[in-house]
Amino acid sequence: MARSERAVASKRMKKGVAAESGTTVVVMRLYIAGRAPNSVKAIANLDAICRQHFKAGYKLEIVDVCEYPRRALDDGILVTPSLAKTSPSPGANVIGNLSDTSSVLAALGVRSASAT
Amino acid sequence: MRVGRSSVRRRTLGAGLGKSALYERYRTDAAAICTQHLSMARTPVAAAKYGDNQLLAKVATGIAGFDEISLGGLPRNRTTLVMGGPGTGKSVFALQTLVGAAAKRKQAGIFVAFEENIDAIFANAAVFDWGLPALARKRLFFMNAQLSPAFVATGDFDLGGMLAMLEAKQLEIGAQWVVFDGIDVLLSLLRTPRARMREIYRLRDWLTRRALTTIITTKIDGEGAATDAANYGFMQFMVDCVVRFDRRMEQGIPVRRLEISKYRGSAFAPGEFPLSFGPHGMAVASPGVTDIPQQVSNERASTGFEGLDEMLGGGLFRGSSTLITGAPGTSKTTLAGLFAESACARGERTLFVSFDEGGDRVRRNLRSVGIHLDTHMKSGLLQMYSGRTDAVNPEEHLLRIAAQLAEFQPRCVVIDPMSAISRTGALSSARAIGNRLLYMLRDHQITAVITALVEGNDPQAEATELQISTIADNWIQLSYLVRGGERNRALTIVKSRGTRHSNQVRELILSDTGLALAELYSSGGEVLMGTLRWEKESEEKSRMLLRNTESAHKRRELEFVEADTAARITALQLDLERHRAALALYARDDAARQVSSGERQTEVRRLRGASEADAAVHGPKRRAAKTSRNGNGQERARRGQ
Repeated sequence: MARSERAVASKRMKKGVAAESGTTVVVMRLYIAGRAPNSVKAIANLDAICRQHFKAGYKLEIVDVCEYPRRALDDGILVTPSLAKTSPSPGANVIGNLSDTSSVLAALGVRSASAT
Repeated sequence: MRVGRSSVRRRTLGAGLGKSALYERYRTDAAAICTQHLSMARTPVAAAKYGDNQLLAKVATGIAGFDEISLGGLPRNRTTLVMGGPGTGKSVFALQTLVGAAAKRKQAGIFVAFEENIDAIFANAAVFDWGLPALARKRLFFMNAQLSPAFVATGDFDLGGMLAMLEAKQLEIGAQWVVFDGIDVLLSLLRTPRARMREIYRLRDWLTRRALTTIITTKIDGEGAATDAANYGFMQFMVDCVVRFDRRMEQGIPVRRLEISKYRGSAFAPGEFPLSFGPHGMAVASPGVTDIPQQVSNERASTGFEGLDEMLGGGLFRGSSTLITGAPGTSKTTLAGLFAESACARGERTLFVSFDEGGDRVRRNLRSVGIHLDTHMKSGLLQMYSGRTDAVNPEEHLLRIAAQLAEFQPRCVVIDPMSAISRTGALSSARAIGNRLLYMLRDHQITAVITALVEGNDPQAEATELQISTIADNWIQLSYLVRGGERNRALTIVKSRGTRHSNQVRELILSDTGLALAELYSSGGEVLMGTLRWEKESEEKSRMLLRNTESAHKRRELEFVEADTAARITALQLDLERHRAALALYARDDAARQVSSGERQTEVRRLRGASEADAAVHGPKRRAAKTSRNGNGQERARRGQ
């Protein structure tokens, strides 16, 4: 069951710019709750952040908790939207609609100065 | 009609109403519902159905006492808010309810832990005999909803995802219960009051839709911080039932209490009720069922003390409670020990609760007055429970005793001394405990002997201290009478329900062979005991002897006087008779003389030869002589003139 969920979820994965040059690729997972306003906002905010700051490349998986509750449970997700960075370590968890860009970047370990 | 009445009680609204207001409300509701029943439902069956549909359904929590004060438990498919400071027992309340439902009714449930780690919850619950790990595997789901400190909040978020997950889980395990433990932690992450309000609404809508019986626990700091007031005020409005937990220090001992402050659509027992924790979990001190089905026994159980049995008209009634009060050293424990020994000798299981003294010590002390409990202890008939009262909340003791009663099922119980529990903690709670303990024993049909220490010699002192004397069936007062440089024990039966008992004060004599009761010795309106009594007794004895001798002497004297008088009477009698005889003799002599003189005259006449005429003349002659004598008289009278 969990396996098929993951397979379906990965289809929803958005791929950013492929990083072939050896720089670190940020792997993230965003948990959202359907079309809830905060979730929609979070996707838009994250999209903007990624485009702007993760030039080196990133992997983003979006999991809709309403569709895959078991997976979210297994991953220890509580509130939505919730962003988990799995790689590179250390991992980080950010909750909220990601409207505060600087704190999102700080949490993900990205210096906003170098990003510009 | 019976159904109608019970439903009336449940229907009555109690939230925020004073006692009298509640009563008024009860009356009007009762009247309204009665008429409804009369008009709509003629048969009891129909009435029952009507009641069930119309009234709030409740689910028992299985927490001892709580189901009584809430008149049935928590509202089914509705939300209950549990508020309180840290360490007041909110989580235990929620978890125990969940565990109870899972174990007894096989209902599945979800526990969402915002505050505590799941492992910590299991570790904490391990002190109770719930078998939580096994239950958790079968019917309970624990969701670790702790937000780690590593979480960074960036902007607004909501509970939509969590609720979606819970919904999935509910469908999966068929949960009927959900607990949100420590929702304040979650709400504190929401920055604006509006967001908090929105999420509370979201939660409520979801709960209503899912028809889950819910318990939400939330911390409040002391009186409730001002910032929280708005949220919790709103939450209280949103939920159907609010239970407040409180923990206070009373004379150095923490006392936990709970209060139902709101119950929509239902009556409940108003006020704060103490709660305690035992091996089975939390227990609430409910004031008890008002209508107790009590069988009354006419069987008598010996007190183990012949003299006392006699005074009580044959012993104690089975299932009665006896209070023995007295100053220190009035042999309360000895009396209690006698009772325990005789109960064991009859083959009845007996529980001996001794406060502040270990079981060994109690047995040793009793051995010195000839009461041997060791053999009964070994045979298992006697069980002793000793508790220190200086550190443990009286509630704890009550709960432990209750557990012992349930396990050991004794027929007789001794509590020595009950007054120890009033030493620690608040007197009011100690009183309540005393009452509850007595009622508990009565409900179990246990014959109980309870001792209570009374400082001083005033028998009324006990009545003001624990106030159990009013509930106890029998009340034996032991006291000292100090007179003549001695203390002597006295025993009085102050009351004994349903028995004609002796109203006499008796002297209690303690010796190596045991106890004895002596008839009271009163002299000159004074009660005498001990040496004084002996002295007085011997003094009285010698005085009696003297008096006896004196009276014997007096009697003899009087007897002599009597005999003397009688003798004198006899002598006089004899004298009288002699006189009478003499008198009679004289009279006869006189008569004889007259007769003889008459005869002599005739004889003389006969001898003179006088005729009959002569005889005839003689007569008139004598008459003439008589008249002449008269004439002479007249003559003399004339001459005199």
